[in-house]
Amino acid sequence: MKKVIVGMGTCGLSAGAQAVYDKLDEILKEHPGTFSLSHTGCIGMCYREPLVEIRENGCRTIYGEVTPDVSDEIYKEHIVDGKTLSDHVVYSIDSAGDCGGSEADYLELQKRIVLRNCGTCNPESIDEYEAAGGYEALRKSLLKMKPGDIIEEIKNSGLRGRGGAGFPTGLKWSFAAQNESDIKYVVCNADEGDPGAFMDRSVLEGDPHSVLEGMIICGRAIGASSGYIYCRAEYPLAIHRLTIAIDAARAKGYLGKNILGSGFDFDLKIKQGAGAFVCGEETALFASIEGKRGMPRIRPPFPAEKGLWGKPTNNNNVETYANIPWIIANGSEAYAAFGTEKSKGTKVFALAGKVVRGGLAEVPMGTTIHDLVFKIGGGIKQGKGFKAVQMGGPSGGCIPAAMDETQVDFESIPATGAIMGSGGLVVLDETACMVEIARFFLDFTQSESCGRCTFCRIGTRRMLEILTRISMGEGQSGDIEKLVEFGEQVREASLCGLGQSAPNPALTTIRYYRDEYEAHIKEKCCPAGSCTALVDFYIDPEKCTGCTLCVKKCSVEAIAGERKEPHTIDIEKCVRCGQCISSCKFEAVYTK
Amino acid sequence: MAARDSDRFTYRLWRYDGAQGELIPLLQSAQDHFGYIPRRAISYISSVTGIPESDVYGVITFYSQFRLQPMGKYLVRVCAGTACHVSGAKMIIETVQDELGIEVGDTTGDGLFTLNTVACIGCCSLAPVIMVNDETHGRLDPASVRKIIRKYKRAEEETRREESVATCDDET
Ligand SMILES: Cc1cc2nc3c(=O)[nH]c(=O)nc-3n(C[C@H](O)[C@H](O)[C@H](O)COP(=O)(O)O)c2cc1C
Ligand code: FES
Repeated sequence: MKKVIVGMGTCGLSAGAQAVYDKLDEILKEHPGTFSLSHTGCIGMCYREPLVEIRENGCRTIYGEVTPDVSDEIYKEHIVDGKTLSDHVVYSIDSAGDCGGSEADYLELQKRIVLRNCGTCNPESIDEYEAAGGYEALRKSLLKMKPGDIIEEIKNSGLRGRGGAGFPTGLKWSFAAQNESDIKYVVCNADEGDPGAFMDRSVLEGDPHSVLEGMIICGRAIGASSGYIYCRAEYPLAIHRLTIAIDAARAKGYLGKNILGSGFDFDLKIKQGAGAFVCGEETALFASIEGKRGMPRIRPPFPAEKGLWGKPTNNNNVETYANIPWIIANGSEAYAAFGTEKSKGTKVFALAGKVVRGGLAEVPMGTTIHDLVFKIGGGIKQGKGFKAVQMGGPSGGCIPAAMDETQVDFESIPATGAIMGSGGLVVLDETACMVEIARFFLDFTQSESCGRCTFCRIGTRRMLEILTRISMGEGQSGDIEKLVEFGEQVREASLCGLGQSAPNPALTTIRYYRDEYEAHIKEKCCPAGSCTALVDFYIDPEKCTGCTLCVKKCSVEAIAGERKEPHTIDIEKCVRCGQCISSCKFEAVYTK
Repeated sequence: MAARDSDRFTYRLWRYDGAQGELIPLLQSAQDHFGYIPRRAISYISSVTGIPESDVYGVITFYSQFRLQPMGKYLVRVCAGTACHVSGAKMIIETVQDELGIEVGDTTGDGLFTLNTVACIGCCSLAPVIMVNDETHGRLDPASVRKIIRKYKRAEEETRREESVATCDDET
């Protein structure tokens, strides 16, 4: 029987997957037994959502941009008559392993380890996870391996933390294992603070059991019997699916007392974050779990010594844990076969911004930025020019297009001044103003600074003020030097990673786009045409319908024109407030 | 529904066993129930947990999730994450502000709309994105976002008209 699977991650749902599912459910009720219906997490091709997959005898056909009407067609043509609707196929693989469909090359360069089950298993079904080999790694590590063996295996795999800093995971575990204590904790950092990244969320929504399994194995390795998952409250679906997964794992005896008869006890709790970026920093995260204001503290002591409630704690990122079962099941050598000399395995990236195919991509470490943007991402939207990628969010930096042969790994990316970060990769086109990008991120870090240390609290504010005035065309000579000086001080003297990395967006853009800063300051112009204070506004006579709305909105009476006649803007009078652009219903106002 | 939520909040408080770290979950359930955290909930929680009111207040103001003011019937959240920002989120925010006549963080006089920004809703490939309560709308431009807000306004006007018709009917 054909199996019909609807992609219902957050991306799918916001593109309308629920209506598609309901329609298919209705069809199934009318024609019972003709197919089976299920759902799954994010397949990764977010740009073609809603996606519907038909599976039969090892063949997979994925349809994109499915509406309720299209699903009706899919039923009639594909399910009943066995014909594919070739117009809608985005990806297909037949029983011989041959790929087809308009997006076949999207998956070509990818290697799916972390995302192995995302988009194929139903995340709410533990049976499907087990059928895909799930919990076998746990069985192996509880019944066939000693805790020391597990740590050795992880060390040999070369796995490094995926939360940003890239600390070797095996080594981290060995520290927590060495410290004697009656109670130890395993913590999973699912706070995903980078505004523009959604890898962790997709893993939690698409394959929660792999994270749980990784955490239980970690508990065994370091000798901990309880764990916490600290998940952003903005991720209700992830929390919902985690709750289901934990209950199912407990019912099957993978959590609780005497797991699989090995004598090992372990249990897990979910803690919801409450909206503070700094809580992604591990010591702040512990404070938040303890119910306090999420303020970081000075390390050492490191969490392996004194972490949650002052007990030895191991904290890793979602993606780090999701790698663990695969490594245990397939062996460290198989894992280390992917990647570069010092960065092993794969990394998941959330491709977003001005790229044609925005979505999730998991590639071996060492893949070049060019391949990510052009081969996987399909290039720049609307055929515009590629300017830069922003990696690592507010703690990261911009890597210019000219350096797109840079490989993504823990050595090459930091060498550019950016950071690997957790995997957010925002593509910028020629219309992006670098001063504005730096201002955007500083605005974010400044408002998220917890206020504990002076350099971060005040330094980021001074930097933001300077960046704001430059983008308003009020920059003064010496501003760039001041930004660099403040930036270096904030980087050196801040207490936690938030402050230490907050200057990165400004410093990297100054490093690569100093001329853009200078144009803002000296010539009072924005080369990218994006800073509204520095551009002139015009009305396209072709598009203007003469509705007079902008005339009414303009507070300085700079717009003239008769009803039903194209209007014009008097550049001399215009104060560049942008009201006309946002009020125009016909997109007739443009900037130059 | 409201009664059950209320039970859940008091139930949680009543069940509170002195376990450490329960303050944030308690505040979250209070907010789920009231829509914001009223004064009386703060003193309530403080008296049960023994945590001073000032500390409870400190935790509330630290986290952006918690509100001390009631919220409009529709919570409009405009994504200001990186992907949306580079795809014109600023224009979307300005348009919504203009359409509703309020600034970010405020609630309209009739108590219908509250406007906030959020950092990434997780559907960056549909940027720019807004959420109205739990519904997500993507691939927006100033014109389409205006249409969406108007749709909610119109729906609200219609229910109001129906209600007033109903009361007229009652009177006759
Ligand atoms: C300001 C700040 C925010 C952070 N946000 C996150 C986050 O959202 N997710 C995450 O996994 N790590 C985050 N980290 C890194 C954590 O402190 C920690 O290094 C990481 O969770 C360790 O896991 P790993 O070894 O698996 O990478 C953040 C660090 C800082 C300084
Ligand atoms: S940045 Fe807006 S949804 Fe991600």
